Amino acid sequence: MLKSRHLLGIADLEPEEIGLILDTADAMTEIAERPIKKVPTLRGRTVVNLFFEPSTRTRTSFEVAEKRLSADTLSIAVAQSSVTKGETLLDTVRNLEAMAPDMIVMRHASSGAPHLLARLCRSAIINAGDGMHEHPTQALLDAFTIREHKKRLVGLKVAIVGDLLHSRVLRSNVQLLNKMGAHVWACGPATLMPADLARFGVRPTTSIDEAVDGADVIMMLRIQHERMHGHFIPSTREYFTTFGLTPERAARAKADVIIMHPGPMNRGVEIDSDVADGPYSVILEQVANGVAVRMAVLYLLAGQEAQAD
Amino acid sequence: MSQVMDADRMSRALTRISHEILERNRGTDDLALIGIRTRGVPLARRIAHTLHGINHEEVHTGALDITLYRDDLMRQPVGPQPVVRRTEIPFSIDDRRILLVDDVLYTGRTIRAALDALIDFGRPRSIQLIVLVDRGHRELPIKADYVGKNLPTSTRQSVQVRLQEIDGEDEVLLMDGQAQEGA
Amino acid sequence: MRASGATGIKLLLKGGRVVDPASNRDGEFDVLIDGGRVAAIGKSLPADGAEVLTLQSGWIVSPGLIDIHVHLREPGQEHKETVATGTASAVAGGFTAVACMPNTDPINDHPGITELILKKADAAGLARVYPIGAVSIGSRGEQLAELAAQKAAGCVAFTDDGRPVASALLMRRALEYAGMLGIPIVDHCEDPSLKSDGVAHEGFVAARLGLRGIPGVAESITVERDIALAEMTGGAFHVAHMSARQSIRAVRAAKDRGLTNVTCEVAPHHFVLTDESLEQPIRYDTNVKMNPPLREARDRDAMLQGIADGTVDVIATDHAPHHADEKLVEFDRAPFGIVGLETCVPLVFDRLVHEGRIGVRRAIELLSTNPARVFRLPGGSLTEGGVADVTIVAPDSLVTIRAAELKSKSKNTPFDGWEMRGAVAATIVGGRVVYRNYDQTR
Repeated sequence: MLKSRHLLGIADLEPEEIGLILDTADAMTEIAERPIKKVPTLRGRTVVNLFFEPSTRTRTSFEVAEKRLSADTLSIAVAQSSVTKGETLLDTVRNLEAMAPDMIVMRHASSGAPHLLARLCRSAIINAGDGMHEHPTQALLDAFTIREHKKRLVGLKVAIVGDLLHSRVLRSNVQLLNKMGAHVWACGPATLMPADLARFGVRPTTSIDEAVDGADVIMMLRIQHERMHGHFIPSTREYFTTFGLTPERAARAKADVIIMHPGPMNRGVEIDSDVADGPYSVILEQVANGVAVRMAVLYLLAGQEAQAD
Repeated sequence: MSQVMDADRMSRALTRISHEILERNRGTDDLALIGIRTRGVPLARRIAHTLHGINHEEVHTGALDITLYRDDLMRQPVGPQPVVRRTEIPFSIDDRRILLVDDVLYTGRTIRAALDALIDFGRPRSIQLIVLVDRGHRELPIKADYVGKNLPTSTRQSVQVRLQEIDGEDEVLLMDGQAQEGA
Repeated sequence: MRASGATGIKLLLKGGRVVDPASNRDGEFDVLIDGGRVAAIGKSLPADGAEVLTLQSGWIVSPGLIDIHVHLREPGQEHKETVATGTASAVAGGFTAVACMPNTDPINDHPGITELILKKADAAGLARVYPIGAVSIGSRGEQLAELAAQKAAGCVAFTDDGRPVASALLMRRALEYAGMLGIPIVDHCEDPSLKSDGVAHEGFVAARLGLRGIPGVAESITVERDIALAEMTGGAFHVAHMSARQSIRAVRAAKDRGLTNVTCEVAPHHFVLTDESLEQPIRYDTNVKMNPPLREARDRDAMLQGIADGTVDVIATDHAPHHADEKLVEFDRAPFGIVGLETCVPLVFDRLVHEGRIGVRRAIELLSTNPARVFRLPGGSLTEGGVADVTIVAPDSLVTIRAAELKSKSKNTPFDGWEMRGAVAATIVGGRVVYRNYDQTR
């Protein structure tokens, strides 16, 4: 059983809860293989997907997960203009709650936005990404994917490479992997490292060679073109030469390494196409697993909502 | 607490059921056994094994998890959310005669959920129900076709089936007080 | 002069401990107030027709406290605070005078605005208000405001607070020009490029919470620049709301070098709280969002050290009221600032005096003597014949901060529910008791 009625971040999950979500996701994967890819579990429940940041991948993944559980789903892409019209986040959600959704899945550009709602609104909140802070379902599906291939998380060397400073995927993954006993090496340019990175429980390095050497898992993070403003990196060309995952660099890892990326990828910037499309890449599996993991989260939290009634 | 069936009686009940199956269905053509998790699964396998021993034909066996189809899931505090496991039915159920297997038949709600789940997998020609113990107190119009033992009980009692494959030994126990796992 | 002085009221403060660093006095004395002035300070003064306020043993009689960094928000932002509500909050906090910041709407860069503020203060008749004028027109950093006219209208200092003084050249000119007028320049020291779009102190907590960081050097770099310019020009420079250990190091070095025209202030939240308040008790609590931000433990400790060793001249609250609606948003979008007038005395007494870090005399220096000295204000001392601005503090009384009950229009404080020892028993401005709490104070 999950202890909280919300999923705000990996920070709030115990290892047992993470294990429960992954085990439940395992059962959920089989539903995608059936002729009728549906179970009636969340029939009559309404889940609202409130996305303040554009996202096709995560939103679709949640929608599919909700529909497979027979929930009624409503996706709202909040254009920036309605925000500038002056309606606060709290007002937007309170208006929504007047229509009694059971759960709200939210993605927002501000770190801590779901925490504000969890404190002040009635609905159960699932964080689909808040600013630079956390993206818990991404870390859970990443862990699920790793576990599918490696049969365990404990003791693995996981290299995470990219824009560490701005990445919520990094923060969630580091916390989860640490809780489950993996060893994380975090690699990126010095300009894109958060303060006190070592205190996160990772081995910080600015050398991608050192990071991927003998790694069981390599996770590449997106580097946004905007980072050239703000003087973080001189150019994407130089970024690729210093930090890009090329086949030569990937060869330094273990023979059965898996290559991951939360997407969307910048080919030729953080990762070479040959690696992204190569035999070690599990990037597309991550997407498929995303649906099962999100089904597991929805199922486990919805049960709590029933008990709260 | 009392033991109402020992290993020996259980074995003979399953053997008898296997013969009944063959008799009523005139052989094992397009029969398939599907056990309801958790304990229906080893029972289904044992019956498949016994059938094979009698007429030397393999009978398909599958495992069905009905957790996501339960009617009590989202309605009331059941305690911790029940753990979901994989359903494994590695064959088509279309046009087959399905033998559903469960350990204890009680209110009938588990079987109702199992029927709903099976419909999502295909369109069987027929579904029959095998239970090791029928303890009465039906809340839905469900009837077992093959019964290992009819056991009159009160609602204040619980029946626990223990199996070698899961619990380390075979026996059926009747206990005072309600158990968590409903039927 | 500012708030309406009363005439004819005779008041005898009996049995308190008079602490006045300016006249080197600390002992049990009676204080007789008559016609808005201190008529006598002595032992066992006769009442002689005066209303007698019998003070409890141990209660402190101090020259009126002066807060030289307050945002009164009027004109233009009256939904947050007005001069009337702000001065009511001030006297409830024990302050007989406040200096108010120019980042109103419109900015106070013109004598007309200064006069408006003074008129409102007179009408309210509570704490005295000393306006601080903008250094540049609209605080845009392009053109000097008419500082001489503003001084004549009543401004006591100049700042572009909210923002730093925009360039080294402008700061130099401002120091020279205002120095000629005998008026200090207060700078909100911050390098805009390093501060960028940060919302919290750049450190492990902000990194963990995914909040953009503002490093301590963003502040200290400008402190050091301004110290160099003050040294060169001889103008008086005052560091507003200091928060970083690097800043206090620079000020200490300047004073050690013998510079007497560099002064600094620290707000209570910077010597009490750290960036851990971003996570406990409430994660992303916008009531701990201010600029400069709450920093690490070693920055807070550096502030405490500076308060104890004399480097810090003034404690000023940076009272920054914001309407509840404005703060009930995502952390990134919330405005910076917390109210402070009514939490200052309890925090100073509970966290500094009662913890043995400083004595009562030093506390009064930080809250009254030095503010008057730095801004060359009347007040800051209790002398026979002087204006009767007096604050009476009950240092051992327990006070529980209740945000909902603050006199300020806004309630944005992180100290809601805090129980502290150190209450204001009464506030007297020009001989009039404008705030009294001593029936409840025990």
